[in-house]
Amino acid sequence: MKTFSELNFPGRLIAVEGLDGSGKSTQIYLLKRWLEAEGIKVYFSEWNSSELVKSATSKGKKRELLTPTTFSLIHATDFADRYERHLLPLLRAGYIVLCDRYVFTAFARDVVRGCPPEWVRGLYNFAAQPDLTMFFKADLEVSLNRILEGRPKLKFFEAGMDLRLSNDPYESFRIFQGRILEQYMAMSGEFNFVVMDANQHVEKQQVLVRKLVSEKINLAKFKRRSPLPLPPAIPPAELKTKEQEEDLAAV
Amino acid sequence: MKKDWRKFYGHGIPRVQLEELAGKLIAVEGADGSGRSTQIARLVDWLETNGHPTVQVGLKRSTLVSSELEKAQHGNILSRTTLSLFYATDFADQLENIILPALKAGFIVLADRYIYTLMARDVVRGMDEAWLKNLYGIALEPDAVFYLSVEPQELVQRNLSKNATLDYWESGMDLGLSRDMFDSFVKYQTAMQSAFRKLQKTYGFTIVDGNRPVGSITKELRKKIRALLAGK
Repeated sequence: MKTFSELNFPGRLIAVEGLDGSGKSTQIYLLKRWLEAEGIKVYFSEWNSSELVKSATSKGKKRELLTPTTFSLIHATDFADRYERHLLPLLRAGYIVLCDRYVFTAFARDVVRGCPPEWVRGLYNFAAQPDLTMFFKADLEVSLNRILEGRPKLKFFEAGMDLRLSNDPYESFRIFQGRILEQYMAMSGEFNFVVMDANQHVEKQQVLVRKLVSEKINLAKFKRRSPLPLPPAIPPAELKTKEQEEDLAAV
Repeated sequence: MKKDWRKFYGHGIPRVQLEELAGKLIAVEGADGSGRSTQIARLVDWLETNGHPTVQVGLKRSTLVSSELEKAQHGNILSRTTLSLFYATDFADQLENIILPALKAGFIVLADRYIYTLMARDVVRGMDEAWLKNLYGIALEPDAVFYLSVEPQELVQRNLSKNATLDYWESGMDLGLSRDMFDSFVKYQTAMQSAFRKLQKTYGFTIVDGNRPVGSITKELRKKIRALLAGK
């Protein structure tokens, strides 16, 4: 898997990965705010957010229609749509693209759900490797607490209830997330993850994130010729994810 | 017929017991105007009259994504890989929720197009064949696949006499082969035919001459299916 830089794209792609509740979305949001303030051409893309595929995914989740295979395929469809229509053209145009989750999420989750690893990797082999992948590693208990703080109960697929690991959603979530973490750790070396200590204070982590990004990427090259006004603040995705919005809308 | 040959093309669907799939899966492939739907309707009548329960599946018929796929095609806004994965999702949903349960219950499943049409369309559009092979490794190998082969010139005539117009996608207009829809249709269907012949070498399906009258095609299909049901 080659990086965008190795493929001679003018743009760069930075991805964050981690378990639900690892705080990765807050970190990438703060990174985005900083890059915007610096006048850099930046674009943010979130896992499972393509407009077209969204209605099918939410229908599938709400009605629990998804099997491991269709779960995997529908997320691959979503990714392909964002990749071909947004990420590639922006990377050609010299943008810094920030991705909240990338193909590694599928490599970890779909495999835990029982899809063969070679098949899942094959599905995504059209995607190049990020120029920087930060993996936010928090203790399972920390993640669980963060997830539960923001909302009353765990969602069916998030807790891995489709795997019938346990009838108790909390126990199921614990087992499921534990297995996902194992998968992530197993691929960490292969895909050059930079492992971040997500148990640390949010602000300390952000200092590290910014340092890492400016060391890895010559940011001056990505400045706009004439800076745009700073876009308005949008609350971090993890506080109110797309899925939660759907859940709220469904009530 | 012994079931020990039954297999998925690749790794298949997790946790499926192949030996439990007692029914038969029969796929009919062919372009619009090849007589596919007519033949399937006739086969259903014949099979059910003879006491065989049947179920039909086809492209864009899944609960999960059919309406979204329809919308996407109208807008013509999806890029190639996305459309390909979307169709694969539609296929997988029907495979797991209709085809496999029906086979388990001993039904004869008639597929109005199967993975070969999807693969041929993508091959014609330059998608990587190894990628497609991996993608459709989830598919169950049918008991029989009939490809109704009709000359593109004849297909044009049949489509125009039926609808007085040619379908955008069946004319391959997204490929920019020609601005003239008639030309594009003929070019695209010719390319589809050669893609099917290429796939035939790998997947070994039966090519049926669809240029003949409806009745004689039905006769040929019945004969082959009768042999299949008798376990020959």
